[in-house]
Amino acid sequence: METLNFRFENGCRNIGPQAQLAGVVSSGNLEILIESTALNGACEVVVNTSAAGFGVTWRAVVTDFNLRWQLRDARLAINDMGATPAVVSLRLDQAAESVTQPPAKSEASV
Amino acid sequence: MTSYLESSARMRVNALLDANTFTEFLPPSKRVTSPHLAVLNTPVSFDDGVVIGEGKLRGKSVMIASQEGAFMGGAVGEVHGAKLVGLLKRAAQDRAYAVLLLLETGGVRLHEANAGLIAVSEVMRALLDSRAAGIPVVVLIGGSNGCFGGMGIVARCANAIVMSEEGRLAMSGPEVIETANGVEEFDSRDRALVWRTTGGKHRYLQGDCDKVVSDDINAFRNAAVDAIETCYKVQISLTLSALLDEQQMLEQRISQFGTETEPLNIWARLGVPDPAAVSMMEAESFMQMATTATRPTRSAS
Repeated sequence: METLNFRFENGCRNIGPQAQLAGVVSSGNLEILIESTALNGACEVVVNTSAAGFGVTWRAVVTDFNLRWQLRDARLAINDMGATPAVVSLRLDQAAESVTQPPAKSEASV
Repeated sequence: MTSYLESSARMRVNALLDANTFTEFLPPSKRVTSPHLAVLNTPVSFDDGVVIGEGKLRGKSVMIASQEGAFMGGAVGEVHGAKLVGLLKRAAQDRAYAVLLLLETGGVRLHEANAGLIAVSEVMRALLDSRAAGIPVVVLIGGSNGCFGGMGIVARCANAIVMSEEGRLAMSGPEVIETANGVEEFDSRDRALVWRTTGGKHRYLQGDCDKVVSDDINAFRNAAVDAIETCYKVQISLTLSALLDEQQMLEQRISQFGTETEPLNIWARLGVPDPAAVSMMEAESFMQMATTATRPTRSAS
């Protein structure tokens, strides 16, 4: 297992107060818990991944996500089981969507 | 129509209960995760693979648990099991109308060894305590991982079981049997054989489940409502005489069919007019056809 931490300052988009979960921890997949928390305007991402040694790729994918969403006071916690960058991006967008607009019918409030 | 098979554990809970009535206990944000998996350098899940909570079913308060088959095959670890036990105890304490268990599991999470085994036995005890307290427990099985191992036993401890044709219920799974006894005994890659021996239709004809529904969450919801109502008309707690009846039924079944190796023959002997046609039947016409068969009755209601 490898733990990676990322922090992006000066976000501009607020998120809802209700924590949300996107995805499931299974082979080639991941779960993302997104929560509102006071971070002085920053967005933090904590990744726990079973695939060690992909820090550079994670940085690229998460930086790209931050450019798209620029969330503020948001913490994303990720449990990953070897998801590919495309799947990670998709789940990140799902997580961000779930807290920036009314949750889809199928999404649970957690 | 929403496919039960293709939905996640969370989606099933939300679609099964009355809209916006679900409150989760120990949600992912509480981060109650497995201590064993972390030691083994294996990814954890924030809910340890099971969603538990309370909500309304047709306006009545029920407790509900839903296992996520995609996380470690829905296997029961220490935390996962403790969540199920806590839910069943809460049901008795709060006098819930019923408990719904949406099982999708390979059984004990072997990574957690004894802790997982103990967890499953505690679930059984809590389930029977819930029944003894007069709270019916209804099991729904329709996920792609089926319901196997110790949780297969848990399912049969419940008041009623509702399955889809896609759902499977057994003790040892196909690959376990093949590994232990050889491919001549059981070919786990023969999907038709796997479903003929463990699938919802066979389970129904054998008297192991109470209803077969189509792969539709709403069909499961309606069947769960009916099953609970039926429970209240008969005995909810497990009695000694019901246990003895069940034992007799099982003994009779094994003496009748113990030497059969092909479910189609069993179905024919039960009075199914065209056994070969069974696998292609829709749930509704299957249930209608099955009224002509003399299925062993499940007396432990």
